[in-house]
Amino acid sequence: MLAYIIRRFFYAIPILIGVNLITFVLFFVVNTPDDMARMQLGMKHVTPVAIEKWKQAHGYDRPLLYNNQQQGLSSVTDTIFFDKSVRLFAFQFGQADDGRDIAHDIRERMWASLAIALPILLVGLLVTITVSMLLAFFRATYIDFIGVILLVVLMSVSSLFYIIGGQFLVGKLLHLVPISGYQGGIDAWKFIILPVIIGVVGGIGSGSRWYRTLFLEEIGKDYVRTARAKGLAEIRVLFRHVLRNAMIPILTGVVVVLPTLFMGSLILESFFGIPGLGSYTIDAIRAQDFAIVRSMVFLGSVLYILGLLLTDISYTLVDPRVRLS
Amino acid sequence: MIKPVLLWTDVLIFVLVAIVVVFALYARYHEHLRAPWRQVFRSRTGVASLLVLSLYVLIALLDSVHFRLPLATKVGAAQATAITQQQDHYSVEVLSLLDMVVKPLREQGEKTYSAPLATELFARETVESADGGQQRLYPRLRYGGAHLEDPAADRKMDLFKRSVVAILSALLLWLVLMTLLLRLLARRRQLSLALMLDNILHQRESVPWVVVVLVSALLLVLIMLMMQLAPHYHLFGTDKVGQDVLYQALKSIRTALAIGTLTTLVMLPFAVLLGILAGYFRGWVDDVIQYLYTTLNSIPGVLLIAAAVLMLQVYIDTHAELFATDAERADMRLLFLCLILGITSWTGLCRLLRGETLKIREVEYIQAATAFGVRSSRIISRHILPNVMHIVLISVVLDFSGLVLAEAVLSYVGVGVDPSMHSWGNMINSARLEMAREPMVWWALVAAFIFMFVLVLAANLFADVVRDAFDPRLRKG
Repeated sequence: MLAYIIRRFFYAIPILIGVNLITFVLFFVVNTPDDMARMQLGMKHVTPVAIEKWKQAHGYDRPLLYNNQQQGLSSVTDTIFFDKSVRLFAFQFGQADDGRDIAHDIRERMWASLAIALPILLVGLLVTITVSMLLAFFRATYIDFIGVILLVVLMSVSSLFYIIGGQFLVGKLLHLVPISGYQGGIDAWKFIILPVIIGVVGGIGSGSRWYRTLFLEEIGKDYVRTARAKGLAEIRVLFRHVLRNAMIPILTGVVVVLPTLFMGSLILESFFGIPGLGSYTIDAIRAQDFAIVRSMVFLGSVLYILGLLLTDISYTLVDPRVRLS
Repeated sequence: MIKPVLLWTDVLIFVLVAIVVVFALYARYHEHLRAPWRQVFRSRTGVASLLVLSLYVLIALLDSVHFRLPLATKVGAAQATAITQQQDHYSVEVLSLLDMVVKPLREQGEKTYSAPLATELFARETVESADGGQQRLYPRLRYGGAHLEDPAADRKMDLFKRSVVAILSALLLWLVLMTLLLRLLARRRQLSLALMLDNILHQRESVPWVVVVLVSALLLVLIMLMMQLAPHYHLFGTDKVGQDVLYQALKSIRTALAIGTLTTLVMLPFAVLLGILAGYFRGWVDDVIQYLYTTLNSIPGVLLIAAAVLMLQVYIDTHAELFATDAERADMRLLFLCLILGITSWTGLCRLLRGETLKIREVEYIQAATAFGVRSSRIISRHILPNVMHIVLISVVLDFSGLVLAEAVLSYVGVGVDPSMHSWGNMINSARLEMAREPMVWWALVAAFIFMFVLVLAANLFADVVRDAFDPRLRKG
């Protein structure tokens, strides 16, 4: 087991290097630091001196890959590539354009993201499994037929509509909870509950439809017929046999997103003014702060790869047929 | 006279149309392709959603023929000779056929917000009256209900009359069209009209014509209502700068369809080629391709798109001289957005195709072909490709609605289509800020959501029918 994890860990390294190279090419080769400086300073009144100054202040004034003015090792290390890209491997994100420490911001903001994303995942899982179990129980009846149509309708509504409609209904018409904002501690639930409800409702459509097909696939299998032949009640067949077997793909699908929960939800957070990593990223994109975007790209990839690793491990835990080799 | 403008996305859209037409002609003569499509046309949801989708496609195609009008030059006779020696001057505004069809919508702009079907502006303004005093009142609209003498009294009656006229004319048109359809069908089946009608009503035909009849009646009524009311009122109100919201929503259709279809057109060659190669050759080819898609997949999609679009924007801003008009610049960004969306979304299809090819290459007929010494390229093109095409088709249709929805989100984040381009995402984004107003400006949001919802719902339903028809595991008997 340990050997397998270590080997998988080494598989992840070339992928991370690939991600790093892609972001490097995207951020520094396709567009030179000069372009970035011009963008930041505004297109008008840009003097070469101002550009040089901006680049110097943000550490973009060095050569991209090889610095021939330095001796020995520092000819490789005193470059943009080393300073801005290689350091990411050590999670040294550097400074944002406004001078704040990115790593510090990330550590501070990820808990707010988690406070939204984790309840959405757990409650959503509960609701979608319940709905899809019900549909599977009533399969091939009108309840199932109408239910599936409702799910398609839910799927077809834009997530922006859920957010705007939910904010309007609950926050503005009913005045139940604040429309946006955030506060740590015990009062946090007031700010969390609306985004969580909206996040769950938005996910019911596609989630339940997928789980329903999983359940129906299991119901068609031989062991279910055997269970019925033994005289088990339908409820017992569904919960004891179908659900437990269908949980394998469901659980592994959940495990893969677990690490990325820290990244938060981009739109939900920015609509509800929650100071998490999602709104952090959106603000950075809007302010064209490339240092933050670069860091978040790298962090997201690391977490995704971690999710893949966890998925492989969880397969072996829930499904005894899968052996690590 | 007019100067045709060929935008890049126009070219690709027409290439796509050509591909679809060629494929349809090809499928006509091949039974194994015809059978699943026949199943699609026999399904009620399939036919109904197809009708709705084709209305959207029609509008998008009308909106994809672009040109620039010559500027009307007011010059004296002396200057006229000088002008003729020069090149003609064209307006910088790029128009499309759709703009011509809905000309009143485009030109009848108001000053600022007005509610749907309103005759007055949404906000009070200070107006000087004839005797010199000042009054705070709601000024009349320039175009909305301008033909009414006394809007407060006449508006409802006028709306009612126009609606009745619209519905009646729609029903008349519908009757004519349906009679034509009935005659055509009767002649084909060589039945009498009455017998044919009876067959249709009792659903003895394989194609559910009743659904066709009902859906087209509904669509016709909607179209006629729009045609009757839109020239005289603002059906969905106007936005901040007084532009008609219905016009914006109609113009957004092309953007949505372009993103939904061109993205798959761009990604398809990569996904199909790499997926099949990885599954067929295995070994190091498989390793390299798997590495490629795992790497791309591990970058969060929105962030990759954001990074790429930001970079493109820098490029466009520093190379402004490359683009003759704003429309061309916006179009470049749309095309690029399709490209980058394609890059982030091809991995799923690639993985599916790799898995399927791994299975297929072990099947007896491939082994036989290999034993006969058939070249790999031929095995792939003759034996493997046709057998995975259903996966390609299903995933293309399934992806469409997701891409349309993604456009709205991306525009909200600020990395979607160009802010000057009409799109539902941009409409929602700019209308979102008006939610805080009291009373609320809701119509732009509602219009965008309705147009988007209908398209996505139709696409989702259609995708389900296509999947059921083409997936061999689900196909009946």
